[in-house]
Amino acid sequence: MSARIFIPSDSSALAVGAEAVARAVAKEAHARGLDVLIVRNGARGMVWLEPLVEVETPQGRIGYGQVSARDVPALFDAGFLQGGEHTTRVGKVEDLDWMRRQQRLTFARCGVTDPLSLDDYRAHGGFAGLKRALAMTPAEVVEEVVASGLRGRGGAGFPTGVKWRTVAGAQADRKYIVCNADEGDSGTFADRMLMEGDPFTLIEGMIISGLAVGASKGYVYIRSEYPHAFRAMQRAIEIARAGGFLGPDVAGSGRPFDMEARLGAGAYICGEETSLLESLEGRRGQVRAKPPLPAVQGLFGKPTVINNVLSLASVPWILAHGASAYAAFGMGRSRGTQPFQIAGNVKRGGLVELAFGVTIRDLVEHFGGGTASGRKLRAVQVGGPLGAYFPDALLDTPLDYESMLSAKGMLGHGGLVVFDDSVDLARQARFAMQFCAIESCGKCTPCRIGSTRGVEVIDKIVAGVAREKNTELLLDLCDAMTDGSLCALGGLTPMPVLSALTHFPGDFERPAPTRQTAE
Amino acid sequence: MGQEVAASLSFDEGRALEIIEKLAQLEGAMLPILHALQEAFGYIDQRMVPLVAQALNVSRAETHGAITFYHDFRDAPAGRHVLRICRAESCQSMGCERLVDHLRIAHHIEPGQTSADGALTIESVYCLGQCALSPAALIDDEPVGRLDEARLDALLGQLNGARA
Repeated sequence: MSARIFIPSDSSALAVGAEAVARAVAKEAHARGLDVLIVRNGARGMVWLEPLVEVETPQGRIGYGQVSARDVPALFDAGFLQGGEHTTRVGKVEDLDWMRRQQRLTFARCGVTDPLSLDDYRAHGGFAGLKRALAMTPAEVVEEVVASGLRGRGGAGFPTGVKWRTVAGAQADRKYIVCNADEGDSGTFADRMLMEGDPFTLIEGMIISGLAVGASKGYVYIRSEYPHAFRAMQRAIEIARAGGFLGPDVAGSGRPFDMEARLGAGAYICGEETSLLESLEGRRGQVRAKPPLPAVQGLFGKPTVINNVLSLASVPWILAHGASAYAAFGMGRSRGTQPFQIAGNVKRGGLVELAFGVTIRDLVEHFGGGTASGRKLRAVQVGGPLGAYFPDALLDTPLDYESMLSAKGMLGHGGLVVFDDSVDLARQARFAMQFCAIESCGKCTPCRIGSTRGVEVIDKIVAGVAREKNTELLLDLCDAMTDGSLCALGGLTPMPVLSALTHFPGDFERPAPTRQTAE
Repeated sequence: MGQEVAASLSFDEGRALEIIEKLAQLEGAMLPILHALQEAFGYIDQRMVPLVAQALNVSRAETHGAITFYHDFRDAPAGRHVLRICRAESCQSMGCERLVDHLRIAHHIEPGQTSADGALTIESVYCLGQCALSPAALIDDEPVGRLDEARLDALLGQLNGARA
């Protein structure tokens, strides 16, 4: 039997040379007359270890981290096919501290299986959720998701099951399932990793959702910055269709559901659900006023479930293991697990799936190992470009929806960006306003004009022009944006600004020229 | 993938119509059509606007509105290679602005520009989902992570080599 070697095709692995490693392994094996089978798996989430090559041995899967193509001949010499010793050897992957401490439900298969193999998917528990859903009535499936406590993983945290219930109850000739895969927040990459590493989980979640609410068509809207994820989803959809899981007769049930992947076009705002719907319909991605809610009048005016990738991808596990098993994880009103993403200036960046309630500190220090630069950690931005900057004193805040809100922050999509002490928070606050100005859809004035005025006022404050008066003006502007914007872009841009101003006031007071010395 | 931008300056109306007609039946066909046109021609020519509008039964203004709303669609061809450098928070925390400065000083090119010889276009992008490998970029749709000045120079050198 040939030895199985796993070399990720996840784009993070590719970004640090996994393709060259795969080619070198194939070449070297051929030259040595060895029979090997190279499986292109997804990523485990230990991004700092990429390219992470794994070899299947009787003792389990042995990992070799940060492998470069140059290492490959030496790895063969070291007998890595039998798990031999080498400087890059990290040991049995499942026993690594990073992996052992996690509660991988949604990401259980990611990095383990071949993302495009239906057999692999089934062998690792895939379609168990769909099987159970098909044995239940649609209303029972909806209530199961309600009972699990699953809340929208895109950031808003609205109960997924309640959304489904509204769509299920709506009368229409056509309904839609739309998956929001416009993962634009800096510091987040869980959607990308899942679509590249275990796309069938998302497909299964969408099928279950479609059957539960009576929708026969689904769309995954993927941002164009993710060309690999888009191709992976397209292929996975074709394979699922050929396997009888999509089409007029889903898994022999006699019920129809089919889906398509659609490509965004570089607009951050299209991660906002109504803007995404406009974009899918072929227009400028401008936000719609609510009500009507998309659950009542969504895509093409029809009742539509619009959920984040991670929300839909959590559904198969919930159906397979039951709502109470899922709800047993978490704290307070945040039930289940969240795939957290540790990013930025951090030694060990990657994805960690854990029950809600883990602290920021545990993630950035224990898992992340502190800053990559070795300098002192100064701030962690949680929840993307619209999330708050947390100072060291607040790093013990537990990560769940309510605790983050009471700390005047938000969980968002679960991304954490670490900054060392060279960061200038006044500059970050300015960037938040500038980003809002670049990405505003232009529909409402507080966002469109307020963001530009925000950049100007911050510039004045930093330059020392009527500092007190302008700070007051900035606070006033933030109020106007928070209360007066149509959607979360204008409404939440003040969050990073105000957190910078509250926790790092000194950065706004330093005279401009000396700020350059922070480097 | 080494996907070269198939920029073709000569506007081929027949080919454009063929692309449009093939996709026009899709629900919400506008973005798929614009992507397909840009992939085939390297940009969206002004002369395509009425063709798309007619096929989708929308006004030219709506078509123009859609094209100009999205950062991806170009009104002129890009260079033979496109480097999209991430300038979002995670990459900022690892010094992406130093790389932008380096591009300006050592390579005389800034985001939003195409080099005089038409070899390279640089664009700013906000997040590529490679945040655990910051600073990151996409070169002709291929991701690169853990960038620094030396690695950037080497990558640009490779592109120049590929061209020669």
